Formats: sequence, C-alpha cells, structure tokens
Amino acid sequence: MGLDFHVIWDNLTYFFIGRYPHGPLGGVALTFYLAVVSCILSFFGGLILGLLAISRNRLIRYPSEAVIQFVRGMPLIMVIFWMYFLYPNLMGRPMPESQTVILALTFFTSAYMSQIVKAGIEGIPKGQTEAAISTGLTHRHTMLHIILPQALRNMIPSFVNQFVSLIKDTSLAFIVGVSELTMVATQINNRSLIYPTEIFLFIAFVYFIFCYAFTSLSRYLEKRLAWAKAI
Amino acid sequence: MLKYKFDWAVVLSGTYYDWLVSGVKVTIQLSVVSIALAFLLGLTIAVMRMSKLRPVRWFAHGYLEFFRNTPLLVQIFFWYFGSYKILPTAVNDWLVSTNFEFASAVIALTIYTSAFIAEDIRSGVLSIPKEQMEASRSSGFSYIRSMQFIILPQAVRITIPPLINQFLNVVKNSSLAMTIGVAELTYQARQVESYTFKGFEAFTAATVVYLAMSIIITIAVTWYSKTILSPLKAR
Repeated sequence: MGLDFHVIWDNLTYFFIGRYPHGPLGGVALTFYLAVVSCILSFFGGLILGLLAISRNRLIRYPSEAVIQFVRGMPLIMVIFWMYFLYPNLMGRPMPESQTVILALTFFTSAYMSQIVKAGIEGIPKGQTEAAISTGLTHRHTMLHIILPQALRNMIPSFVNQFVSLIKDTSLAFIVGVSELTMVATQINNRSLIYPTEIFLFIAFVYFIFCYAFTSLSRYLEKRLAWAKAI
Repeated sequence: MLKYKFDWAVVLSGTYYDWLVSGVKVTIQLSVVSIALAFLLGLTIAVMRMSKLRPVRWFAHGYLEFFRNTPLLVQIFFWYFGSYKILPTAVNDWLVSTNFEFASAVIALTIYTSAFIAEDIRSGVLSIPKEQMEASRSSGFSYIRSMQFIILPQAVRITIPPLINQFLNVVKNSSLAMTIGVAELTYQARQVESYTFKGFEAFTAATVVYLAMSIIITIAVTWYSKTILSPLKAR
C-alpha cells in the first residue's frame, strides 16, 4: 500500500493558517499563538509561584508547595476539563474555547515553571545572598537585583524546554474543539477519510520540526551558558 | 454565587461509582502494560544509543528525537487511525481482533515513553565510572555481556527514581487514550458528567484518584532515594 501525499498539498494553507483570512486563524499559526501566549503568562505565573514556594514564611510556603504538587499530580486533560466546566459555572458566562485552553495551559505550566525557578534560585551560591545582605540590601532587593538576574539567565534553557512541552501540549486543545493543528488534521481526515496515515505522519513531522528546532536551541544556549560561566 | 447543588452520592455509590472504578482499573492496566513494555524498549534503545556502530547509534538517536518531539496525542491518532497502511496485514488483523483502541493506546504510550526512559537509562549508565567498563572488558566480557552483568545492574539502581517518575507520567498520559474511546478514568468521569450533569463531583473523584496515585509514587521515590540510594552513594 503506497502513501499518497496529495491530500497534504491540497490542504496546505488550511494546515498552516486555517480559514484565515476568510475566517478565524487556525492550524500551525493557532498552535503557535496558544503556545506563545501561555508561555509568556506561565513564565510570570511560575516566577510568582516559585518565589512563594521558597518564602521563609511557612504560611506562604506550604500552601504554594501544595498547589504546585496538586497541579503536577494531575493530567493536563483534567485541568482543561476543570477550566472548561468550572469557569462558566463560577462566572455565569461561557468563555471562548481558545481562552479556556490558554488558561488551563498557563495554570498547568506555571506549576512546572515554578520548579525551574526554584531550582534556578537555589542554584545560585549562598555567598551571593550573604554578600548582598551585608552590603546593606534588603531581602527583597537582594532577590530582585542580585539573585534573580543571575538565576533567570541560567534558567533560559529550561524555559525553552518548557516551551517545547507547551507546543506539544497545545495539541490537547483538540479536546474542547479549538482548531489548532491537531484539530485541523482530524477535520481533514474526516473529510478525506482514506488518508489518515499521510495526514498524521505529516503533522507529526510539522510538530517535530518546530519542537526539534527549539530543543536544539535550548542545548545550544546551555552550552553557551556553561562556556560563559567558565570564563 | 454558586447555583449548584452538590450530590456526592452520585459518584460514591451505584452505577456511576462502578463506572469510575472500572475507569481506574483500565487506567492502571494501561499504565502498567505500557510502562513494562516501554522499559524493555527504552533499555534496548539506550543500549543502541551507546553502540560503537554508527548507523545503530544514529537510528537510536533519530528515534529518540522524533518521538520525544512529537505530541503524544498525534502519536495516538497515528496508531489508531493511520497504522493500517504501514503495518503488515497479519499484525493489523491481530490488533483489530483484540481490543484495538486499547492496543493503539498501549503502542503509542509505549513508544512515547520508551524515548524518555532511554534517555534516563543513558544518563544512569553515563554516571557509572568508565573504569567499570574497561575492567570488565579486560576481564574478557564482550560489550553486550559487560553491559548486561556489570554496567546495567548498577545503572538501573540509579535510574529507578526517574523510572518511577516516568510511571507517574504514564498514568497521567494514559488519560489521552480517552480521545480514541478507551474507557479509562478521565473518559468515565466525562461519561458520568454527560449522563448526570454532575461534572463537579465526577471530575473531583477523578482528580482525587490521580492525586492519590501521584502522592503514592512521590512517596515511593523519596523513600527509595533516602533509604536505598543515599547509603549506596555514601560508601
């Protein structure tokens, strides 16, 4: 049985931008939009959650640790269902599906980002804090001006890796009917019926190219950082 | 604020409780079968990745990169919808004669997870001092036998915590099997929701089960690292 990739050619623009400009954005472009927006939001979410989780105050530390463990113990699909189901019930109005997914991805990824932030901050030698404190900086200023700038730089490769996970995770938006790449592929598959192998191989390859590019970027950054530290 | 009547009895007894319990069973079955197969496959790939032969190493490297950088959902769809064109007819017939949804989910989960496990095992092996390999090679063991008797037994001991974590990932990832109709926990929670409109209770029940599994697994890893691994390292 040979493979016939004509179906890919015929639907190429649909795969990449959906019905845009005659309709909503979809396909690869939407996948990227979801991943980038959730990545930016969950960076801040992760930063806040990570800082709370290393607080010296137990009343702050324990609850934030609990939230992180809670989210990390749940499958992403459950988080999406929770958002999808809970938000209209709480707010009394429905939310567009793509926003539901962004919210769920942000919530989910923030927990993982916070672990990166925690590890990054703990990776900075104690001497830095001690030196800063003894120069007269407050704890907050030490964190803001001394520790975080160094820690964030070391975290960049891990953040890029997390972005790769996010690209992969956006495929779950399919479940609530957001027309990102996986959804578009199933639509084309339902329409054409006899080319599932070609279609899913193709989108697997598209995801692979993007994810691999970012994985390689992360490795490159890691090497550069190690080199920058060595001199 | 919340105009919602809680009715926990829906998920704590009766038909819907049975559905959820059967979902938990399927989730565990799916995860255990997949992690066992993924371990064997991952071990093979890890050994291939460290092979002296370049084509073998490249193949393993390509395998790792491809399956790690592709969404699991797409892989599940590929095996479920698209595998019939690339698998031999006999294999395909056999898969269809079994539970095809379950089989596709197992294949996808196994292959996806094996790529991660292979990397875990590889970093475990790389943490074993090189002299171990040199010593066993000079005592006359072949490469494969040195791996089998000297390196891997030590590496696996170090790799156990990441492996247990992979099991947790498999448990969570197995929820994606609902998209092709495997009646695991998330699927059943969704079913209960659509039959009773008691989404809050159904999702809470499923969440509690997932959390319980993750807590048990986290405790197991911590216990293992503290009582077994750190005394070994101290020596």
